[in-house]
Amino acid sequence: MAESGAGAPVVEAAGVGKVFGTGDGSVTALDGIDLAIRAGEFVSLIGPSGCGKSTLLRLIGDLTSPTGGTLTVNGKTPSRARLDRDYGMVFQAPVLMDWRTIAKNIELPLEIMGYPAEDRRRRSADLLRLVELEAFADRHPWELSGGMQQRVAIARALSFDPKLLLMDEPFGALDEMTRERMNTELMNIWRRTATTIVFVTHSIPEAVFLSTRVVVMSARPGRISQVIDIDLPADRSVETRESPRYFALVTQVREALRQHESGEESSGLDGAARIRAEGLA
Amino acid sequence: MTTASGSVRAIARTRPTDAAAPRRSRRRQVVGIAIVLVALVLIWEGAKWLGGDPWRIHAQVAGVALDYEHFPPLKWRIADDLSLPHVWDIGRAFVDPAQRGGPPLGAVLAGQAVFTFGEALAGFAIGGLLGLGLGVLFVNSRLAERALVPYVVASQTVPILAIAPIVVVAIKADWVSVMAVAAYLTFFPVTIASLRGLRAFDPRALELFRSYAGTRRQILWQLRLPTSVPYLFSGLRVAAAASIIGAIIGEQTAGVAAGLGSAIINYNQYYVSAPERLWATIVMCTLVGFVFVGAINVAERVLTRGRYRPVPGML
Repeated sequence: MAESGAGAPVVEAAGVGKVFGTGDGSVTALDGIDLAIRAGEFVSLIGPSGCGKSTLLRLIGDLTSPTGGTLTVNGKTPSRARLDRDYGMVFQAPVLMDWRTIAKNIELPLEIMGYPAEDRRRRSADLLRLVELEAFADRHPWELSGGMQQRVAIARALSFDPKLLLMDEPFGALDEMTRERMNTELMNIWRRTATTIVFVTHSIPEAVFLSTRVVVMSARPGRISQVIDIDLPADRSVETRESPRYFALVTQVREALRQHESGEESSGLDGAARIRAEGLA
Repeated sequence: MTTASGSVRAIARTRPTDAAAPRRSRRRQVVGIAIVLVALVLIWEGAKWLGGDPWRIHAQVAGVALDYEHFPPLKWRIADDLSLPHVWDIGRAFVDPAQRGGPPLGAVLAGQAVFTFGEALAGFAIGGLLGLGLGVLFVNSRLAERALVPYVVASQTVPILAIAPIVVVAIKADWVSVMAVAAYLTFFPVTIASLRGLRAFDPRALELFRSYAGTRRQILWQLRLPTSVPYLFSGLRVAAAASIIGAIIGEQTAGVAAGLGSAIINYNQYYVSAPERLWATIVMCTLVGFVFVGAINVAERVLTRGRYRPVPGML
């Protein structure tokens, strides 16, 4: 497996599997996942729905536990890493607290973690500047557009300088234009903060534009089918999206996905047959 | 940044109209309530006009002699003067003295209403805290929820009229037991509403708190309780109305003479000779309920204004 960057290993997965349920009703969501992510990388997980990309992210973030293999984060168990507050999380929905102002939403993790008030205010002010929402510090979430709310969610995740940012389709609910702008902003944030990011998406252009590596996954059971290094220049901008190398990489990821789609079709039939069999039983 | 400041200006522009809109809708609400009240009076008196007892007006109003007699064409028992006293008779009952030479009935009823409201408020406070406490206990302990919820439900299926005498005997025949009966009727809607509200958060918010390694207590104070506030107020409104019923029934059982409960029993006994007095008492009970529920609405507006997504509607 190709590994770019010389940072220390952050995520190390060896033979990780996840089975939901037990006995006849069990579903294998992930099987034999080997993956190493180094500090400072931006790794995207892409694949068809049901390939377990979100499950893999949740395993890394200790929101669920693996049923097989070994998984370490910063050399610790994911649970230890969570208690050490190594993770920043961003979901598809912003999940902001309505009763808190934008600034107070960004300060929420800091309050939970017991940062002094002075420090909290300084950090939220810095982050509001970073996501260009200073003018909205005292507004409430419902007064902001979806894109702005998602920027707040990113600022909140960054507020306590987590070693690892886990993002689960953070721009999935946004329109294409907003999405591209957010991609560029996230790119800038990543460069400025030097955080390690694991990013789940089902958008090929998004994965290629943002990542240093794209992990292509296939479904039933969820496996890593290919890891593609993205050798675009570190300084990416709107022009990057028009470069021949970008198109070549988009095509490469698309083909990697398609290759497994044909394989998925037969397993899809198996699935349908199994549902019929279960219906008869 | 141009987009951001542009939106700020857009929001600023919409503010003045937003501020005027509630005033307009409140005026429309008052007009609506008045129209319904007039319609009710018209239906009431219309029924009496068609099938009530004969009546006449014989009076001097501003120097003009009024003399009018009406004989309804039909005879309905439900519309006679005993079942449905004239609206003006009920109105006059407020002004007429309650006892010969005493203060007007309206003033007496108002004093009794204040007393009953005090008991209801105390019961509401105790019941509300108990209700919220049970909600917090149940969302934190599956075991407590499973063990206690059937009893909480059972407590509300027993008629309050059967419970009240037991409470009165167990505690003491005074306002403390009245408060206890009011609290008994109050805690249930608050438990139900808070249970719903304490679980109404986005499940991903819980995952966020998990990722912050937040404690149970932090999740309660920073997530569950703030999320539950709008739900809690829905329960408190039901509880406010129920607490007044509880106080009145408690007063009657405990024989507390200073409140609306004894007024109801009193005017019940004299209903055949003065039905409008019981009706006047009913109107007063309704007013107390309106004031209480209205106060909860005001409290909610003050506490949540600008902190929660605005919700349309009165309740």
